[in-house]
This record gives sequence, structure tokens and C-alpha cells, in this order.
Amino acid sequence: MAQAAQPAIELKNLTKRFGKVVANDHISLTVNRGEVLALLGENGSGKTTLMNMLSGIYFPDEGHIFVGGNEVTIRSPKDAFALGIGMIHQHFKLVDVLTAVENIILGLDEGAVPDLKEAARKIQALADRYGFEVDPFQKIYRMSVSQKQTVEILKVLYRGADILILDEPTAVLTPQETDKLFQVLRNMRADGKAIIIITHKLNEVLEISDRVAILRKGEHIATVETAQATESSLTEMMVGKKVSLNIDRPDPVNPTPRLVVEGLSCVDAQGVRTLEDVSFTAMAGEILGVAGVAGSGQRELLESIAGLYPIASGRITYLVPNGGERELAGMHPREIRALGISLSFVPEDRLGMGLVGSMGMTGNMMLKNYRAGRLPLLDRKPPRALAEQVKEQLEVVTPGINYPVRRLSGGNVQKVLVGREIAAEPNLFMAAYAVRGLDINTSMTIYRLLNEQKQRGAAVIYVGEDLDVLLELCDRILVLCAGQVSGIVDARRATKEEVGLLMTKTRKVGEGK
Amino acid sequence: MRRQKEPLFQMSRREELPFLKAVFIRAVAVVLSLLVCALFIFLLTGLNPAEVYATMIDGAVGTSRRSWILVRDAMVLLCVSLALAPAFRMRFWNIGAEGQILVGGVATAACMIILGDALPAPALMLVIIVTSVLAGAIWGLIPALFKARWNTNETLFTLMLNYVAIQIVSYCVVFWENPAGSNSVGVINPSTNAGWLPSLFGAQYGWNVVIVLVLTAVMYLYMNHSKQGYEVAVVGESENTARYAGISVSRVIIRTMAISGGIAGLAGFILVSGSGHTISTTIADGRGYTAIVVAWLARFNPVYMILISFFLTFMERGAIQIATAYNLSEYASDMVTGIILFFILGSEFFINYQLRLRKKEAA
Repeated sequence: MAQAAQPAIELKNLTKRFGKVVANDHISLTVNRGEVLALLGENGSGKTTLMNMLSGIYFPDEGHIFVGGNEVTIRSPKDAFALGIGMIHQHFKLVDVLTAVENIILGLDEGAVPDLKEAARKIQALADRYGFEVDPFQKIYRMSVSQKQTVEILKVLYRGADILILDEPTAVLTPQETDKLFQVLRNMRADGKAIIIITHKLNEVLEISDRVAILRKGEHIATVETAQATESSLTEMMVGKKVSLNIDRPDPVNPTPRLVVEGLSCVDAQGVRTLEDVSFTAMAGEILGVAGVAGSGQRELLESIAGLYPIASGRITYLVPNGGERELAGMHPREIRALGISLSFVPEDRLGMGLVGSMGMTGNMMLKNYRAGRLPLLDRKPPRALAEQVKEQLEVVTPGINYPVRRLSGGNVQKVLVGREIAAEPNLFMAAYAVRGLDINTSMTIYRLLNEQKQRGAAVIYVGEDLDVLLELCDRILVLCAGQVSGIVDARRATKEEVGLLMTKTRKVGEGK
Repeated sequence: MRRQKEPLFQMSRREELPFLKAVFIRAVAVVLSLLVCALFIFLLTGLNPAEVYATMIDGAVGTSRRSWILVRDAMVLLCVSLALAPAFRMRFWNIGAEGQILVGGVATAACMIILGDALPAPALMLVIIVTSVLAGAIWGLIPALFKARWNTNETLFTLMLNYVAIQIVSYCVVFWENPAGSNSVGVINPSTNAGWLPSLFGAQYGWNVVIVLVLTAVMYLYMNHSKQGYEVAVVGESENTARYAGISVSRVIIRTMAISGGIAGLAGFILVSGSGHTISTTIADGRGYTAIVVAWLARFNPVYMILISFFLTFMERGAIQIATAYNLSEYASDMVTGIILFFILGSEFFINYQLRLRKKEAA
């Protein structure tokens, strides 16, 4: 950017309190035209609160906002739009049964009979200008996640936004889709738009942004030029102390087969095949990674092993540590437990499947063994002790062990869930997207816990989305593509390109089981 | 560019409010509602509001008989609320308590009429209770089975079953008509009192109170400290979490609705055997719906339900009294109750959120 920096938006001393909690403490920031600013911070550091004040969802308690040099008051999302501020939320807000163009003009004053063709032409023009691929007349429910995101971005551009805020836009994208998105962002930057991007992925911050603003516990720590930053310098500012970014990979401990899956096939409620002829062996004492484009059958694979997803055909055999076999296919979670198999499962949907949001830690600790004891009444003593123990060992930040877990931050919710599953001393430990939405510090804790399970002699199956992490953490990686195993590779030797290629390629014979 | 003003109000979610402060907010709401009612009464009728309130209190607890009627009605309302609590905790929108009360009542009446002379009193009473609970349970089970098996919408289903229950009662009324042509059943077993809930220590409604209060304690334990109650809460929160925990969702739905319907059936028994001694399509008298308000206001806590049942019944009894005393329409009473409920429900907003007024801006 050769020309002098033109501030698009300036924040001065913005403060927001929730009760006693100061979510944002006198934050001052400037974003210039033709600039990508990355907003970095741990979970609960106040990034989302700050952006919500810009997009009119919250109103600041103190401070001033200037857009294009004029002080403004943003009282509602409508005001934000009028000022050209557009937010692309992490969770899409689209109507599934409508087309892209219908979603984009929804809520605009287009008269009784909107001219869809004209709108579609404008949308196409916008898309061409910035390098999007979009079919304006495609229905949302037929779109992939990345296409939906495109519609969300076009929606704010169509409304004339020139300040764009993206909340973790890459969390749901494949590496290829991320590259495409970044190209679009670069085009928009060249066009003079101001872009704020929230992300936890440091490599992406370094790749796309011009400057990085770091928040810690509601305070603005610093804004640095990306060119002068490194992953470790950013982490240090974010966490407040030096953090090792190396993920350990201890050697497998006496690996023996623990779970043998043979020819597993599943069909969903609509009759669509979600898993086809999946075969693999999970070893005790090692971490088996599962990679794949989102929706390739990862969820179905773990849930069918856990007894939560109907199996069409195939065998799931559990090998008991001191001899013997148990067939798990077609069993309910309770029947599996009745066999004396300690299977722990950290599902993708933490509050929707793994935990009861309205209950506190105590209530959640007993989710799987509340039946203990012969009386029809609950015995809350052991779960209470466990809750205290998990809170202490994993440093869960909560006002109390009976505080509803729904109100905890994402990282703490995950600690509660993982803490409970580990406490069961599992022989088989499965986790899906265990670090999604978590900051670097908590993520490292989760990796450490996975390694502990491996060294304890549990068979660990870990579904991940970050290939770099999978390659660093796992012993072997199983790659799923459209419900089929497209390969099983040695994570110590495989390259990212190799795995990425397998993710988009159906049916290739892997290196064996 | 003209600068817009800061919004006049800003609301934000409160963290946990101290108990006393919450009580204070609710108390303020009640006082305000009484003031607004007073204003309405004065403007519309020109009566002295203080006198009208005195009449209300007199109507509700003015005499020992009135007090007992208050207790009797509050107990029935409480019983129905207890029935609804587990279903609602499970997020099963049972708005069919009205029908479940009616079938419970009709089962009671049937036993009284058919077996009234055939069985000794204690055996008869046992049979009546079991039958009425079973009848209510079946009425609750039907929508639960359909929900568990085919995932039907329980709100519509339970509501429609209310009308089926009304039709069954109408049919039975014709069938048991006494005296002929009256189009009513009249008091059942007036001479033998067979199947009537006896008085306890001289109090006519003593047993009503004992049964419902014991049930309150049992339901408190069930909802908060039992394994089944825990399952109900988990299923209500997320069916996926329940499956994950190894809970059979359909079994919990069926079991809970059997309990819910059964307790509503028991309320029908109390209405027929314990107070009216007759059966008609109007015995439930909207309690199946009022109880929804009670259960929600109490946040499914049986102890709070006692207070709220008494409060609502008190208002209703008092309102009936002012309607007759001042020759006002019955709707006057509904208005008063409506205004008070509006304020109490509105106060929940102030308990969950805090408002901050715009600061005075420097010119």
C-alpha cells in the first residue's frame, strides 16, 4: 500500500462490561483502507465482544467509534450496515430453502416484487470483481460450506460494505478453500476495503494480514506489523508468557491391536451412504489420526463405533487387553459399557451431545455413570469430587462447579468434557475436532492430554482438521474421502500434500492396515 | 454527518442475582400491579379500591369455609402443576392436562357408580385411585407413544386429546344422567357417600391436602434427586446427549408421560371424589392450562408451585367475590388476575436483564 494510510474505522477507548466482567477495557484500534487486520487473542479475550460493538449487536459502555473520520453511534445492525460495516459470522445466517440471490436481497427494501435477475446480475458482477465462484440461483441447502460462506460475504458486499469483519472464516474450510478465500480477501484489499479477520491459526495470520492486533483478557496488548512478527512472538503476546508450539510425539508404547473395523458401511436417514467399506485397526499405545474434508464420514465413523449411529454392515471388534474379543457393531452405548469396555468419546458437538448445557460440572460428571448405586436416588458425592478434581487439574475457569457449563467459554467447556472422558481411564479414546475454536494454549493442553492417554496404553482415534497438527501429533493417519478410506499413511513420513491429495481422491489402496 | 443519540435504554444480561434482590423485584411487581388494578377499578367503576381489595381478601379467606375452599382449589391446581412439571422439564409440551384430568375424573365417577355398593370402603377407595391414575396415565401415554415411535408433534396431539376427553365425558354424562332429563349426573351416591374421600380430623378436605402435599415432596425428590429425574432433565436438554449417555430416549418419554398423565388423573380423582362428587365436562375448569403458568413461574420447583398455586387461587376466589359483591361482570376478576400476571411475568425480565438509562450528554 503505497499511498498514505487512510483510516476506515477508528476505535477509541471502547469499553464493555458484563456485570463485574470487563470484556473490553479501553480498547483503541485503527483499521485503514486497503488493509487486512488480524485480531488475535485467546478464548474469552474479548475479540467477539469488540466486533459485536462494531456490528451493532452490543452497545459500548464507554468510548467512541469513528468511521471515515466522523464519530458515529452504532445502535443496531442496521446502523452498522448504513455505515458500510458488514460482519460475516462464524455460524451462517442463511435461509436454507432460498437461493443465493434471495438470501442476499432478503431484508432489503426491494419493493413487493424484487427484480431477481437484476440482483443476480449485480451479484455476478461483484463475484467477478473479487474472484468468487457463485451460482446466484442455487439453493443454499445444495451448497457446500465454502459456497455458503461466499454467499454470506456477497451479502454484505451487496449492501455496500467496505469494512468487513470475518469471524473465524477458515475454521470450516479445507486448505484449498482457505487459499481461495485468501485470494478473494487480497482482491478486496487491493480494492480499498478494510478487512478485520478473527482467527486462531497463526500461520494464516502471518499469511494474510498486514497488521495484527492482540487482545488479552479484554485489554489491547499491542498492534504489530505482520512482517515483523513470528508465530512464537504472537503467541507470547497473546498468552502473556512463552509457550512451546512444538507438539510432542512420544514413540508408541507397545502397540497392540485394540479395535479392528472391517468393511463398515453406514446409511443415513435419507438412504445416502455415509460410510462405505471402511476397514482399519486402531492400536493401543498410538494415536490414529483421521483426516478428510468436512463431512467425509468422520462423525459417522466415530459415532458408529460408540454405538450412536446405525450400522448397515460390517464388524467392529474390540480386543480386550488381556485376551478375548467383543463385537461392538449394533450395540448401544449402555450395552458397550455393560461389557466392561471403557470407551471414551469426545464428540464434535460438545454441548449438543457430550454435555448437558444447563447443568453444572457436577451434573455433567455423572452423565455416564449416574446409575451407580442401587438406590433410585442419585449419589452426587463422587461426581462432585470428580468435578473439583477436573477443575483443579485442567484449570477450568468457572464461578463454581454448579455453574451451568453452557455459560462457560468454549475452551472451558471442552476441558470439562475431556476431563470427564479421561477420568474414565479409557482403553479406547476417540475425539472429534477436539481443538476446534480453542486458543493455542488450550489446544496444547488437549494435545498433551491425548499423548498422556496414548502413553497410558489407550488406543486414541483423533479426528482433526488441521493437517499440520495431524502430521505432528499422530502416529498414523487414516484419510477419509466421501465415506471411503482413501489411504492410511505413516504420519512420521507423510507430507501434507500427500494427505491433501488423498482427501480428494476416492478409492486408493493404502499402505495396509 | 449528524450524530445519532445513544439509545435511551440499554439492556444487558445479568449474572446471578442475589436471592433477596430477586424477591424484592417480584414484590415490587406485585405492589405495582395492585396499584394499576386500583386505578383501573377506580376509573371504570368509581369504587374505592381499598374497599374492593378488602372484599377480595374477605372473599378468599373471610370465613373458615371460604378458606377451606381456597385450600381445596389450590391443592387441585398444585396437583395438576406437579403433573406438568416433569413433562415440561423434558421439553415435552403437554398441554393435555385438561383431558388427563377429565379421564381421571370419569374413571373415578365410573368406579363410584358401578362399584359403589359392591366393595367395602377402603377397597373401593384403592380401586378408584388406581383406576383414575391409570386412566390419566393412558391419556398421557398415547401422545408419548406416538412421539417416541413416529416423532409426532406432542403439542397438537395432547391438545386434541382434550377434546376427545370432553366428548367421552359428555357421553358418560348422558349415560349416567340423574335425574333423567337434567343433562347432569348430579351428586353420586348422595346417601351412602360411597367412594367419597372421607374427612380427616374433621376437616372435609383434609385428605386432599395430605395427598397433594405428600405428592409435592415426592415429586421434589423425584425431579431433583432421583436417577429418573436426572434422565428427564438430560432428555429435555438434548436427545443426542441422552443417547450418548446411554439413556433410552423413547423409554424416558413414555415413562415420564405416564407419570405426568397419572398425576393429572389423580387430580381428576380429587376433583370428583374429594370435592365435587359429580362429573361434568367442566370439572377441570381450565386448570390444565392455568397449571402451565404455575409450573413455568415456579421454574418446575415444587416448593414454589405451592406458593404460586395459592396465590392464583386466592386471586380467583377474591375476584369472584368482588364480582358478586359489586355486581360486576365475572370478567372484572379475569382482568385483575390478568394485570397481576402481566406484572409478575414482566418482572422476570428485570430479574434476567438490567436496563441502563442513557447518560446525560454534555451539550
